[in-house]
Amino acid sequence: MNTKKRWYDYLWIFSLIYLTLGFFNILFAWIGLLCFFIPLIIAAFGGSKIYCGRYCGRGQLFQLIGGRFGLSRKKDVPRWMKSRVFRYAFLIFFFAMFFMMLWATYLVFDGAGSLSHTVRLLWTFDVPWHWAYHGTFFHPWVAQFAFGFYGVMLTSTILGIVTMVVFKPRSWCVYCPMGTMTQLICKARNHGSVPHGFSGNR
Amino acid sequence: MHHEKKHPVIKRRAFVETKLCVACGCCKKTCPLAAIDIHKGMYAYVNEACVACGLCVSACPASVISLGEVAS
Repeated sequence: MNTKKRWYDYLWIFSLIYLTLGFFNILFAWIGLLCFFIPLIIAAFGGSKIYCGRYCGRGQLFQLIGGRFGLSRKKDVPRWMKSRVFRYAFLIFFFAMFFMMLWATYLVFDGAGSLSHTVRLLWTFDVPWHWAYHGTFFHPWVAQFAFGFYGVMLTSTILGIVTMVVFKPRSWCVYCPMGTMTQLICKARNHGSVPHGFSGNR
Repeated sequence: MHHEKKHPVIKRRAFVETKLCVACGCCKKTCPLAAIDIHKGMYAYVNEACVACGLCVSACPASVISLGEVAS
């Protein structure tokens, strides 16, 4: 039985801490870059998607809240949501939005734009977040990126929570852009490889 | 003592819709027998240890696992 808890089974605590810290000091949002780079590095150099099932704190959080705490209808996701078309389109959309965020950061860096003390939720709603900005130790672009990145993290968390409630606890995993990317990297890397003694899936 | 006529054992196991699998690893985490694993980050696959308990079927967020008979 695989019931013995390991240290990585508690990474959901870090996810909670991350979301909370960004509420008090937006610069903590930069730490989220770890959730972006680590899965990609493991996929590119290790050829594996082990981050998802073992280290992703967000996945663990959804499993906890939707699974153990029951905030999930536990219904199947619709077929279109698990299709490659949607998953790739969502990945491209997510990237497009991410690059727009990077562009806004660049404008502040260049002095062509001013720092916006807001967090953009669902790529639409600019929510005031000025209390989390504490000064000018760093150049404004550092804070601009933090606001932007935190918005990305909160947006994906919100989407994940909605699909957690409406469908299955870890429904986010189905269309998670990090998941789609790492799977694509693994497929490119390990193309043609078949498990030992594989009798075939349906 | 006469022996009963033997009935053929029909083995059941889990099957993965590989094309739709997102390789998230939820099934692997849930399986009590390590009968399902993720192959090099590409898709889940079932091995001989599977007894068709169905835990992975419920755990799979994409609902791409089903139970069925092993063709003999």
